[in-house]
Amino acid sequence: MRRVNDLRARNHPAWWAFLMHRLSGLVLALFLPLHFWALGQALHGEAALDGFLKFADHSLVKFGEWGLVVLLALHLTGGLRLLLIEFGPWSGLRKNWIAGSVGLAAATGMAFALALIG
Amino acid sequence: MTSNLKVKVWRGREEGDFATYEVPRLESQTVLDVVTYIQRRVDPSLSYRYACRVGMCGSCAMTVNGVARWTCRTHVSKVAKDGRLEIAPLSNLPVVKDLVTDMSEFFDKWARALGRFKGGTSRKDDFARVKPESLERRAVDAGIECIGCGACYASCDVVSWRPEYLGPAALNRAWTLVNDVRDTQRQERLGAVAGDAGCHACHTLATCTERCPKQLAPTAGIAGLKRLLARTKLEAEA
Ligand code: SF4
Ligand code: SF4
Ligand code: FES
Repeated sequence: MRRVNDLRARNHPAWWAFLMHRLSGLVLALFLPLHFWALGQALHGEAALDGFLKFADHSLVKFGEWGLVVLLALHLTGGLRLLLIEFGPWSGLRKNWIAGSVGLAAATGMAFALALIG
Repeated sequence: MTSNLKVKVWRGREEGDFATYEVPRLESQTVLDVVTYIQRRVDPSLSYRYACRVGMCGSCAMTVNGVARWTCRTHVSKVAKDGRLEIAPLSNLPVVKDLVTDMSEFFDKWARALGRFKGGTSRKDDFARVKPESLERRAVDAGIECIGCGACYASCDVVSWRPEYLGPAALNRAWTLVNDVRDTQRQERLGAVAGDAGCHACHTLATCTERCPKQLAPTAGIAGLKRLLARTKLEAEA
């Protein structure tokens, strides 16, 4: 028998950064087919695209969009951190990037929300 | 410092459970002191491992309140703020009995990562001269103090997910050896640590680096191995 770790073993910034990166990556990957389908609507002529764009104006869809933008900001900055760790000169686990990544995603989220309201 | 500690200790082999003991709280007490107290004063059938008691041998690692630690140098004051301890054997390794794990696969993986130095000179040759400030020598220095305690291995999620993964300690060892300019097995070793059971399986979760009691950074060595492998591959193709 082997014991397995629980959250107490995992509770440190770099592990949460991993989880954030993995989850945001999964959600973004699931969204991609939808994204291409929406773009594909343009091929069916203006009416089809307009119909879709009208649907996209719903507040729930807007909220979904807002979530995607935040996830994208998280995934992008988190990915840069990983690249720095793997390819840059070693300088610790770059936890400042984890904080920066969360901060930037929050700022992007607020900016996007403002643009939605305005 | 007269109150008692409430200590839960894993008892059993394949099947088992936590037993609770009361242990007097003493000044400057380490977690290993607590385990030793139980074994000497309360229940002599408790099995655990230690040797040096000063953080050199690497045999005393256990899971303390959910986190892998070297128990001989972990003060109770640091980990049992509320007077409670939960002591279990290391994760990711088969349990032999109580707090003792079977470390064979941990060390077998060092061997698989070619963790042994092999030089090309004999005692008749002159000393090798390695510049202390060279990049390689500094990379060796950063990783060489490993005591083989297994705290990193027990903490790594990738080891739990992929039992064949070599793990942080073996890869850290391999990294110190590929940077040893006297070693003659660099190419074979790079081959041994590549791929899905090797450095490319690491997800940079960095729990190993967080938990290493010697404050080594296996994550750095693993990233170094990935870079080196990428470079050798590119050079081979060029
Ligand atoms: S950095 Fe790699 S080796 Fe270390 S804990 Fe994470 S996955 Fe395991
Ligand atoms: S790298 Fe650190 S945690 Fe891992 S076995 Fe060596 S000393 Fe222990
Ligand atoms: S007993 Fe040797 S390291 Fe703890």
